Amino acid sequence: MTTPLVEAEGLVKRFGDLVAVAGIDVRVEAGEAFGFLGPNGAGKTSTMRMIACVSPPSAGRLRVLGMDPLRDGPRIRARLGVVHQEDTLDLELTVRENLLIFGRYFSLPRPVIRARADELLAFVQLTDRADDRVDALSGGMRRRLAIARALINEPELLLLDEPTTGLDPQARHLVWDRLHELKATGTTLVLTTHYMDEAEQLCDRLVIMDGGRIVAEGSPRDLIERHVGREVVDLRFTDDTERDAALTRIGTDGVRAEVLPRRLVAYTDDGDRLVAGLGTAGLHPAAMVVRRAGLEDVFLTLTGRSLEE
Amino acid sequence: MSRWFGPATVRVIEHQAAVQRRFWRGSVFGYVLNPVLFLAAMGFGVGGLVAEGSGKVDGVTYLAFVTPGLMAAAAMQTAAGESLWPVMAGMKWLRTYHAMITTPLGPADVFAGIVTWTGLRATAGGLVFVAVGAALGGVRSPWAPLAAGVAGLTAAAFAAPLAAFAATQETDARFPVIMRVGIVPLFLFSGTFFPVAQLPAVLRPARFASPLWYGVELARAATLGRWDPTLPVKAAVLVAVILAAGVWGRRTFTRRLVQ
Ligand SMILES: Nc1ncnc2c1ncn2[C@@H]1O[C@H](COP(=O)(O)OP(=O)(O)OP(=O)(O)O)[C@@H](O)[C@H]1O
Ligand SMILES: [Mg+2]
Repeated sequence: MTTPLVEAEGLVKRFGDLVAVAGIDVRVEAGEAFGFLGPNGAGKTSTMRMIACVSPPSAGRLRVLGMDPLRDGPRIRARLGVVHQEDTLDLELTVRENLLIFGRYFSLPRPVIRARADELLAFVQLTDRADDRVDALSGGMRRRLAIARALINEPELLLLDEPTTGLDPQARHLVWDRLHELKATGTTLVLTTHYMDEAEQLCDRLVIMDGGRIVAEGSPRDLIERHVGREVVDLRFTDDTERDAALTRIGTDGVRAEVLPRRLVAYTDDGDRLVAGLGTAGLHPAAMVVRRAGLEDVFLTLTGRSLEE
Repeated sequence: MSRWFGPATVRVIEHQAAVQRRFWRGSVFGYVLNPVLFLAAMGFGVGGLVAEGSGKVDGVTYLAFVTPGLMAAAAMQTAAGESLWPVMAGMKWLRTYHAMITTPLGPADVFAGIVTWTGLRATAGGLVFVAVGAALGGVRSPWAPLAAGVAGLTAAAFAAPLAAFAATQETDARFPVIMRVGIVPLFLFSGTFFPVAQLPAVLRPARFASPLWYGVELARAATLGRWDPTLPVKAAVLVAVILAAGVWGRRTFTRRLVQ
């Protein structure tokens, strides 16, 4: 059996009295795309920083690429790529200079860096902006440049902290597309996100974090089927009395529902049957949507809160 | 902890040089123009007044006296400019240091790199100063190029503690205070423009607390070609300041970047 690229047991990160990561167990195998999904403050960045060997764990065991981050930090980092949540590019340098300088941090020979820089600029579709200052780039272009920069040392493991947060849908799809391409060519990806569609798109396996803990783990399909069932019926009512009546009705069918103000989110394997049942009982919600269950619903079920509040 | 100086330090210097290159026209202009302006104003302007009075300062023309003083003071200014706001930018505004430490580089390498870079820049500035001073007649000794090395040492003796301090700050609110209360008085009273002997007797010992004074003394010894046995001690003081601030800076950079 090959050694996992990331192996954490009881991993803890404290900042003074605040517990940012409260003992998590994680294993990331070579070649997979692994995600940390969670709301603001869940501890995603704190976890990523520990894996990137720039933040010593407060407790627990952590191995990255089979080595100890405390002892072998520089050797591990030589084989990682990191894309930060916030921009860390050199704004006053050009796009290409950002890559050339970064390659030197890994002590790569200049001709090698130049060749890779050209390839990477093509890969992230920034070739025509190579000689522009980063200042002049859009948010999506900067994020793509950050990804290109993180690849300059041909890392075995690429860490991406919220790779598409703040980007418009088109820019997000461009980034996703590039990450799919990397996945296909065998780069191991570890990413954080608070978008469930991103997690569903990109991750083979993910953990849902909340308050520094892992509340669920599995593949997106797995998690959805295990925790919510195939379909979701989202019902809106004009008042809570109607809502409660509907809750009682569907409860007799053994269907579980999340109760929100003037709203019910019901989890079932057959949405149409549930809707028909309500009609027979003379209950008519103000609005009604039947959709496929997603990770959002998993999060709601597990924590009673919506992921994006 | 990583080494104090090594290939990793050089990588950080390469980054600093790349950023600087974007501005090189501006800075080369400043490198040459500043010495010319300062030496002309001080050497010929003030020097003219001195010539009408006693004629000499410390046994030489005023131009010859003030050239090494200005050179060391300029090194201090370079260091202050490179080590406060740019460090805040690397830590917080642009966060470029955070990117550096995700590579094999560590916080101590970043610190050593920026201090060394500042020293190198000030050495280059010192060479220009020596050349301009020689052209204007303020530099006569063949030992004068050594003064450029002194400028580098002086700059590092300011860059190290200032960068170490900057890494402890959340905002740049205190930086102007440091400039006004620290850098400007040192600039004026470290034997730069007039001999310390001109100060009231009670103030004179204060020079020993000014790193700039040691730099000025060493630079002046070089440009005037005057050897005296206290020079190695003065050089050792600057080195000691760099080493002490080095211990501090390696710690503050690490604490700030590796949390
Ligand atoms: N350097 C630090 N010092 C003190 N507290 C910190 C530090 N970094 C993070 N925290 C705290 O730790 C908790 C987890 O933060 P973290 O940044 O890991 O969350 P996150 O899941 O990445 O959130 P987001 O989605 O907002 O990026 C938060 O309460 C945060 O305030
Ligand atoms: Mg975060």
